[in-house]
This record gives sequence, structure tokens and C-alpha cells, in this order.
Amino acid sequence: MPAKVVTITSGKGGVGKTTATANIGVALAAGGARVVCLDADIGLRNLDVVMGLENRIVYDLVDVVEGRCKLRQAMIRDKRLPELHLIPAAQTRDKTAVSPKDMVRLADELRPDFDWILVDSPAGIERGFRNAVAPADIVLIVTNPEVSAVRDADRIIGLVEAEEKDPPKLVLNRIKPEMVRRGDMLATADVLEVLAIELIGVVPEDDSILVASNHGAPAALDPKSRAGRAFRDIAHRLNGETVPFEDGESGDGLFGRLARLVRSGGQA
Amino acid sequence: MTGRLPIKGVRDGLLVTLPEGAWEYVRADLLATIDERGDFFRGAHLVLQVDDRPLGAAELGSLRDSLAEREAALWGVLSSLPSTRAAAADLGLQTSLTPAPTPEEEDEVESAESDWDQAVFLHRTLRSGQSVRHPGHVVVLGDVNPGAEIIAGGHVLVWGRVRGVVHAGAGGDTSATVAALDLAPTQLRIAGHIAVSPQRRGAVRPEVALIRDGQLVAEPWEGDGRR
Repeated sequence: MPAKVVTITSGKGGVGKTTATANIGVALAAGGARVVCLDADIGLRNLDVVMGLENRIVYDLVDVVEGRCKLRQAMIRDKRLPELHLIPAAQTRDKTAVSPKDMVRLADELRPDFDWILVDSPAGIERGFRNAVAPADIVLIVTNPEVSAVRDADRIIGLVEAEEKDPPKLVLNRIKPEMVRRGDMLATADVLEVLAIELIGVVPEDDSILVASNHGAPAALDPKSRAGRAFRDIAHRLNGETVPFEDGESGDGLFGRLARLVRSGGQA
Repeated sequence: MTGRLPIKGVRDGLLVTLPEGAWEYVRADLLATIDERGDFFRGAHLVLQVDDRPLGAAELGSLRDSLAEREAALWGVLSSLPSTRAAAADLGLQTSLTPAPTPEEEDEVESAESDWDQAVFLHRTLRSGQSVRHPGHVVVLGDVNPGAEIIAGGHVLVWGRVRGVVHAGAGGDTSATVAALDLAPTQLRIAGHIAVSPQRRGAVRPEVALIRDGQLVAEPWEGDGRR
């Protein structure tokens, strides 16, 4: 079966797009799938660092698009998971070096050889975002439980809908259950009330993520990491499995369920 | 009162079809319409359909300045006359409407066939950055999220939550109302009145905002046909 293209985007910067891309990629590949991660953040690449593959880059995405190398040459194979690959972004160019058409062509070329193509989108709503979303079959929106990140996520959802893609799915990252309980942080239900899209993952704030990113060993590889487990759950859900959300984290109170019921009736 | 010029919402802004007749009268009529409709035109992009009227750069430039004084931007001029199109192009104006939407322009939701008295119906949620500007009434079946805006010449009715900015009666109509199942906008305007939502107390209930005795107030929405 040809690969599905999953674009991970957010609008706002610093909410965890790259971390999510690396960890979901690792989790899918650990499950035996053939995965390629594509860093579309040209000029500000860092997926390679988070995946720990920085020192093996020879060619990049722009080299492929401009025909200086073959697709296979730009692909870096992960040392831990043989089915995980990375196509890094160019660091010395900018977003205009690639067009949305180039991205669609590139994705189509990759599709036959993989199960999943993950695209790490840059922040913002301009060219880089449009490049990243152009080939997407599934769009994942990463947001944090804070008002500004949610507003940007909302903007992005509107833009994805305008591209006539399927409604995106939501990854709520860096949630602190104890702060939510105290009422100091937006709960999952509060975020869903505004965004009204399907939830695919809730990732708790976890110091192990920072350590893992610095060491280039995504937390999804660590069986003890809470955030790592949340990312593995997202991978299972992408595979169509039903994985229950951890206690209370889906925010599925009576009102949340009712609100979503009303919403799904209104989105025909 | 001046006659109302035909105005249509298009992707690029508001398309105004200018009638036949001496330019000075037509020009005065346009400016009077804008003065009369006040806020509705504020910040709007205008596209003028002038058919085969010969217009030079001087006339268009002076009109652009007069519009700018009223905080409306002359965006384009549509004409069948090459000389008029050339004059418009010299001023940096567009001479045709944008055919295919690009994602950015998609944000600006404009009603296709509209005039002052018609309503536009939107069966979706307006998300942050999306804007609806319509000379008539606006009905939304969905939410108006923070960062979204509705600017309507007439009433605004939302079967959902209102969290963004809503301006009803933007042309100065103080009888316009804003009704919603859950009315907690960032900012609410009716004609020239502006209000922000008070801190919420108690349960959410449908409300209607209107101008009563010169004050912008929100009342329970009874739906009993009094309004």
C-alpha cells in the first residue's frame, strides 16, 4: 500500500512540531513500518538534531528538488531503527527554494517505498507552511494548552480547510495535569471547545523530552518516558487502533461530549 | 437621501457598479453613499465597475484620495475601455478581479450575490483570521472563534458561540442586533457603539445585543418575536 503523507504543523513556533515528528516517526518505525521524515523547515532545520542524525547529512531536500542528487542519496537511515529515514532540510537556503508542487512531486516519488511520510512543517502561515501541507493526506496540528497557541492552531485549521484537506487532527502537547487540576491551565476540553477537531494525542510535559532531544534519541524509544508513551499512542491511533486516552486527559466530561455531539451535527 | 448604488461582495472586496451620468454626479453619489454607510466601508477594498466610461489618471487619483479620507481603499477599476484600464494600471490599481482563490484570499469570505437587504448564510465555524464582510444580514450556523470577525450592514445571528469580533449595523443602523446561543465576543459593535463582554456570571444562555436608550446592552434571547 502506498505511503500516507502526514504533515505536522502548528502556526505558532516552539509548541513541539519537530519533537512530535521525530517521536511519531520513531514510534511508527519501531512498530515495523517503513517511515521517512521530511524536514520542510528550510533554513531552520533541526529535525536532524532531534533525531540524532545531524553529522550524517550530505545532501538535503533542496538538492533533491534542484536535481543535484538522487532521492536515495539524500535519505539518511536511522542507526537504531533500520526502517526509519530522514530527508533533512537545507540550512543555507530559505523557504522559496521549494514550491508546493515540488513537495507533491517528492512525496509521490517516495510513496511506493514507504508506509508513512512525515513532514515537519515550519511555523507560520506562509510559503513554508504551504509547502509542507501541499502533499498531506493527514494533517496533525500540534498545540499547547495556552490561549495564544490555540488561536494560532485555529487559524491553521481554517487554512487547511481552505486547501480542501480533510479536517486536521489535534496533538495537545506539554500538558501539566496538576496545573489543569488547579484550574491554572487550559484543560483538553477547553481546547477542543474552541478547535472542535478530532483529538489524536495528549502529551504530558516531560523533562525527558528535553534531555532526549539534546541527545538525539527521541523519547519514544524510552519505554519509561511518559511523553514517549503518549507519542507511541499517537502512532497506534494513526494505524487505526483504538487506544483509550489516559485518565481524564481527553477531558471527556459530559459537557465536552455534548459539545462535540452538537458540533459534529453542525459540520456536515 | 441618495440612491443606493449596487454593491456586491467579491473576493477582492466590495464591487460597486457606477451608473451612467456625468462623472461629477456619479462621484458625489458614491462618496455620499460611503458617508452615509459609515463604518461599513471603513477599511474595505473597493472595486469600481465603470463600464466604458472614459476616466483619466487625474480623475481616478482624486477619487482615490477622497476615498482614502473616508478610510476606504480604491483597489481596482473594471472597464471595457483600454484607456481607462491603462490609467488605472498607472495608479497601481487592479483592472480585473482575482479569478482563482489562493489560500490567503480564502480567508476573506465574501458573499457572491448580495445587496443591502439580503442575508448570507454560513454553515461553518469562522476560525481565527477569517473575516466576513457583508452589506446585509449574516447568519452563522457554527461558532465565531477568537480572532475571527463579522462586519454586517444588518443583523448578525449566530447559532453557536461568539468569541471573536462582531459588528452589526456597520453602516450606522442602530436598530441592528446581534443574537447568539452564547454571546461572549472579544468586542461587540452595533453602529457606532462599542462594548466588550462582561465577566461571565452563571450559566450560558442565548442572548441578543441591541441598542436600547442609546446604550449597547445584552438581554436574554427570548425568541418570542418581539424583535
